[in-house]
Amino acid sequence: MLYAILCYNSEDVVGSWTKQEDDEVMARLGAVQEKIAEAGKLGPVVRLLPTTAATTLRKGRDGPLVIDGPFAETKEQFLGFYVVDCETLDEALDIAKELQAANRGPGAYEIRPVSIFRPGALTT
Amino acid sequence: MTADPSWIDDALTAARPQVVGALLRYFRDLDAAEEAFQEACLRALKNWPVNGPPRNPAAWLIFVGRNSGIDAVRRRAKQTPMPPEETVSDLDDVETPMVERLDGAHYRDDILRLMFICCHPDLPATQQVALALRIVSGLSVKQIARAFLVSEAAMEQRITRAKARIARADVPYEAPGAVERSERLAAVAAMIYLIFNEGYSAGVEEADRRAPLCDEAIRLARLLLRLFPTEPEIMGLTALLLLQHSRTAARFAADGSIILLEDQDRGLWNGAMIAEGLALIDKAMRHRQPGPYLIQAAIAALHARVGKPEDTDWAEIELLYAMLERQEPSPVVTLNRAVAVAKVRGPEAALAMVEPLEERLSGYFYFFGLKGYLLMQLGRSADARCAFDHAIALANTPAEAAHIRMHLDRLMKESGEAARA
Repeated sequence: MLYAILCYNSEDVVGSWTKQEDDEVMARLGAVQEKIAEAGKLGPVVRLLPTTAATTLRKGRDGPLVIDGPFAETKEQFLGFYVVDCETLDEALDIAKELQAANRGPGAYEIRPVSIFRPGALTT
Repeated sequence: MTADPSWIDDALTAARPQVVGALLRYFRDLDAAEEAFQEACLRALKNWPVNGPPRNPAAWLIFVGRNSGIDAVRRRAKQTPMPPEETVSDLDDVETPMVERLDGAHYRDDILRLMFICCHPDLPATQQVALALRIVSGLSVKQIARAFLVSEAAMEQRITRAKARIARADVPYEAPGAVERSERLAAVAAMIYLIFNEGYSAGVEEADRRAPLCDEAIRLARLLLRLFPTEPEIMGLTALLLLQHSRTAARFAADGSIILLEDQDRGLWNGAMIAEGLALIDKAMRHRQPGPYLIQAAIAALHARVGKPEDTDWAEIELLYAMLERQEPSPVVTLNRAVAVAKVRGPEAALAMVEPLEERLSGYFYFFGLKGYLLMQLGRSADARCAFDHAIALANTPAEAAHIRMHLDRLMKESGEAARA
């Protein structure tokens, strides 16, 4: 089963990390990712730009409505996601726990089974 | 819970503008608000490691800070006459969820007010910046003094003076109307830009110490944009700061000399900052009628978008500067447009634009730098030398002076070669 691990944290908090702190977090997360990749279980990894860069398209009565900003006003924002290939939910939870330990502070990881997955052919 | 206590510091830093802003609304006194915030932080440091993080750290801090502030008011009340009714009434028996709701509704204006009092027009620019860094960002006096290269005592005095001036001034506590809100927003945007420039205009020897000012300005701009997500000018401001800051690593050579935009190693530009800046500009442009920050950001974007300097769309840059000139006529903007004109139509056309500005820009380093450069391109070496001498006298940093001296040396060498030939 493919699981998406969705990362939530307060953008105010993540945004006040110094560059050094941010780099440290990314390095620790990178080490965890490497481990999952070596086990052949890691799909795409995505870190999103801040929600201030987001635009939302919403279905309006008279056609689509383009709104500045993220989909919902929440205390924690959707900051990025992983796709991992795991036998069980427990296994996906273990990965999320490792990511959590490598990250800084609170925040949350939502584990969502994936319905449709097309890896695409993007390279950067 | 993680053993790493750094998350508490992170949470306190992130919550600070909202919490101090709310406490300021309750106590209507900056010192009281700061004191209450400090107290709330102390209690958080004791409480949070034991009980884990509260669901909403800012609401927790506001609630605790408010109660501790009221205690302090009561203690003082034993020695002094009772404080005005509105400072104490109706505050102490509120449940956290209610505080949360209350502050959810107010917090946008709370943060804006907190930032706005720092840019009171009575305060000189340096005091505005120092005060904002102290009050909104929560940097220590020592950190701010270090960034401004002054002693801690001098900075302490500067901030105390600024606070005293604000205490005497009228601070508007009622919720602002639409016009007032947009006026405050404009003042706060200008103050954030000022903080950025304090960091950005430093020479290389100060750059490391001052770079945190740029980061802090970007953090404040993003914060403001989260509060006002549909304001194209705040998108423009944030993008402008990001795009300028993205070039930081490429701006100085190892010996501290300035590397001009067109000579910079673009591989050193920060790709993530550029991506965020460009995304914000795309969003903002959908609103049409770009304002000054957005136009400047769009100009910076035209540099950021191309991999090689020779691909730069100077004609478009000139158009944007012309647009900026119409909105905010200033000789400095005209001077910048002249740089684009020089690229598009040659040094002669540019020089014709620049020369009428001399009277108004007689104390401006960049004016004489550009004038000298244009004259040099036109082969008028003696005039160019004269302009460069002026520029060196007006240089703000050793790096600026060194850059001009390099041109002068080249002129000397060329004229020497010409004489020998």
